[in-house]
Amino acid sequence: MIYIKRILFCVLLLFPATLLANPEIQHWITEKGARIYLVETHELPMVDIELVFAAGSSRDGNQPGLALMTNGLLSEGAAGKTVDEISRGFEDLGAEFGNSAGKDTAALSLRSLVEESLLTPALNNLALVLSKPDFPAQAFERERARALVSIRQKQQSPGSLAGDAFNKAIYGDHPYAQPEEGTEASLLAMQLTDLKNFYREYYVTKNLTVAIVGDLDRKQAEHLVDKLLAGLPPGRRAPPLPEVKPLAGDKLIRIAHPSQQTHLLIGQPGIRRTDPDLFPLYVGNHILGGGGLVSRLFEEIREKRGLSYSSYSYFMPMQQRGPFIAGLQTRAEQAMEARDIVFKEIKHFVKEGPTEEELKATKQNLTGGFPLRVDSNSDILGYLALIGFYELPLDYLDTYNQKVEQVTATQIREAFARRLQPENMVTIMVGPETNLADGGDSK
Amino acid sequence: MNMRTGPALLIKTVCAYLLLCTTALAQTHEFMLDNGLKLLVKEDHRAPVVVSQVWYKVGASYEVAGQTGISHALEHMMFKGTEKYGAGEFSRIISANGGNENAFTGSDFTAYFQTLEKTRLPISFEMESDRMRNLSLPAEEFAKEIEVVMEERRLRTEDNPQSFVYESMMATAFQTSPYRQPIIGWMEDLEQMSVAQLAKWYERYYAPNNAVVVVVGDVDAKEVHKLAKKHFGPLASDEIEPQRTLTEVAQNGKKRIVVKRPAELPYLLMAYKTPSLKSAIDNPDIPDWEPYALEVLAGIMDGGMSARLETGLVRGSELASAISLNYRFTSRLDTVLTIGSVPANDVTVEELEQAIREQVQKIKTETVSQSELERVKAQVIADDVYQRDSIFYQGMAIGIFESIGLSWKLVADYVPAIKQITAEQVMAVANQYLVDDGLTVAVLDPQPIDPSAALSKTPGGPADDIH
Repeated sequence: MIYIKRILFCVLLLFPATLLANPEIQHWITEKGARIYLVETHELPMVDIELVFAAGSSRDGNQPGLALMTNGLLSEGAAGKTVDEISRGFEDLGAEFGNSAGKDTAALSLRSLVEESLLTPALNNLALVLSKPDFPAQAFERERARALVSIRQKQQSPGSLAGDAFNKAIYGDHPYAQPEEGTEASLLAMQLTDLKNFYREYYVTKNLTVAIVGDLDRKQAEHLVDKLLAGLPPGRRAPPLPEVKPLAGDKLIRIAHPSQQTHLLIGQPGIRRTDPDLFPLYVGNHILGGGGLVSRLFEEIREKRGLSYSSYSYFMPMQQRGPFIAGLQTRAEQAMEARDIVFKEIKHFVKEGPTEEELKATKQNLTGGFPLRVDSNSDILGYLALIGFYELPLDYLDTYNQKVEQVTATQIREAFARRLQPENMVTIMVGPETNLADGGDSK
Repeated sequence: MNMRTGPALLIKTVCAYLLLCTTALAQTHEFMLDNGLKLLVKEDHRAPVVVSQVWYKVGASYEVAGQTGISHALEHMMFKGTEKYGAGEFSRIISANGGNENAFTGSDFTAYFQTLEKTRLPISFEMESDRMRNLSLPAEEFAKEIEVVMEERRLRTEDNPQSFVYESMMATAFQTSPYRQPIIGWMEDLEQMSVAQLAKWYERYYAPNNAVVVVVGDVDAKEVHKLAKKHFGPLASDEIEPQRTLTEVAQNGKKRIVVKRPAELPYLLMAYKTPSLKSAIDNPDIPDWEPYALEVLAGIMDGGMSARLETGLVRGSELASAISLNYRFTSRLDTVLTIGSVPANDVTVEELEQAIREQVQKIKTETVSQSELERVKAQVIADDVYQRDSIFYQGMAIGIFESIGLSWKLVADYVPAIKQITAEQVMAVANQYLVDDGLTVAVLDPQPIDPSAALSKTPGGPADDIH
């Protein structure tokens, strides 16, 4: 058991990793329309592969939990093989298989040594999972039951309750409002055929981005991709998601919970991944609440007042407008005080922007730290998946430092003024009722 | 299975392959400064970055009753300045140099690290050497920071039912060993902690001869040695008062506790007393292979989706909704192997416990299959390569071994030692350690999450809530 002193929050998600000097990205599109991104790294005899589909929970429609359940069932049986056989088919080789689903994407991943006698059978196994899933009824019932338990588990976590309430409040009837895990009602109503239909619609090559990093050359990678995707139909790309509506006014939502701390989240819909304001907002937020151990929110909440262990803000750019969130957790009695400080800092930053001194230090951090962002295969893999899925330019990493350097204090101020409306933000407070009574609705 | 080669052959392939690439393996260089500071440098030239970690041989297991959490609180205060660099300045300087930094406290160590572009290592050494001997510990900063630590405890333990059970379980399983103390400390100890206590703790343990500096990255070992001599070399060494012995008294029968907390789900946590690698090496009565056999046992039970707990209990009988096994191989003292599990819906913790016990009984009475054994070894061998993708992890492995009093050279022995473990040895350690007399069972008895009944402010420790 280890305690990390300070939490390096989700700001890292905004810009995942980089590599040596700069990784050279090779990109091609297969005949069936899959977009492939490759970075060769030959120092270690291993390879990472990530298959990213536009098949996240934003495609759930009126069946929350469908994307996650479909993704999870893929490895539960394929081409007549049992889940035990599939699992052994990876693990006997020392290969690591993973699956996951978020709001925009659903993914399958494989990490393996590149020795042919190990990689080839692992890939064959992955190809079955990918293109010949059986969706066994018994596995579906079991996984549904487990999902229902994890939904119940969220009820005992004030952080999870706050997160769900936040999404619901800022997204309203947009698909981003729904929890990835689904709800008790939606899971109970779900049928196996729903999963099969979802799979047929979204797990197709035109809806797929593949990121590969490791000890392979282009020819080997092409061969690998062809074999892996042979059984998938081209299908069609998932249609664009609906746009997110702006919030009409401020809202304070309080949820009573028998915890000692109150979990506080403040925010609103933020930006799309392709937003032209992305860099000014990223650099600016680094100063406001994203700089890990050095930011205004960290300084005001933790360093000056000792109010919370973590105190942060971030933009999470997504296909449509992902959230802007500022958050902390504090002893219930001082939750209102903390809320007022966070609001004051956000308003002040939106109005005034950063100082030149802050901007300079932040640029030094972001550009000077660039080599750290791409110093491992797994870091590069994250960037490749990001660049590929959101169709960012291939020179994204090459121009990163330059784009950071070009940001001015004025641009930051203007971008924040355009994108954030503190008077229309949602506040979520989950904690003991005692502190809620005297809180009032004032900001 | 869709493999052309059987598992036995596969493992050989993996080994032969690895042997080939070990020639390209980074070498670790060891240096000892005159003041007793040990420097370990592992060159890894994949990327122009470096990680620098300073490990101190102190942590929660060095603490005494009444002052629990002091190592962790001191770790927080290490960011509050020296005469040369004021409060927060360390972090600002690292940040302005593009660095990542943080610190962590465990039962057996306290460590500080920075990851930087490779030419900026001197910045880390300059400031780490300064705070090794010259910490200010201002009272007004401590007054705020101890509040932060208490918030951290509320976040991690008080408001997390499963963590709370873990803490109660450890305090029950261990009677005299310091592992009964939570790393973050009991709330009451935090409330009464003083900056004077911290100053004593700092003086006692923060000295070059109680520290190990680990550097991994795109550096030249000789240059790093020179740099270390320049920055850490002038620091005075100190007498480190040896810790008294910390033997856990023999357990004379199963212990069982129930923990009532507001929660939605029950939770079962079972802990068996075991040696660690270090405690086995220290104890002449325990063969050195036993901890490795326990590692293999852990892999067979919980090493992935094809391991026994997953195939037998999550799938199979479907009695567990989630389950995990954890063996603390790198503890400094005798430790525990734990199995934690959330029952499936409509399954009682009694049924779940019975099913887990049957799995334990099985591994005690039936030899594990050759394919299971080979799978665990294949995973360990592959992991050894995967872990080299992270310079941070490489430094971590060296630092943990050194700070618990084992040579970094033993890190490289891990894979060969695991490869030699036999099915008979796995059965032997199962029979030796997975026994009722060394078992502690903790059960979370969920109380209604009634919003109108907020908890009493601060439980005075686990005794209040154990029945």
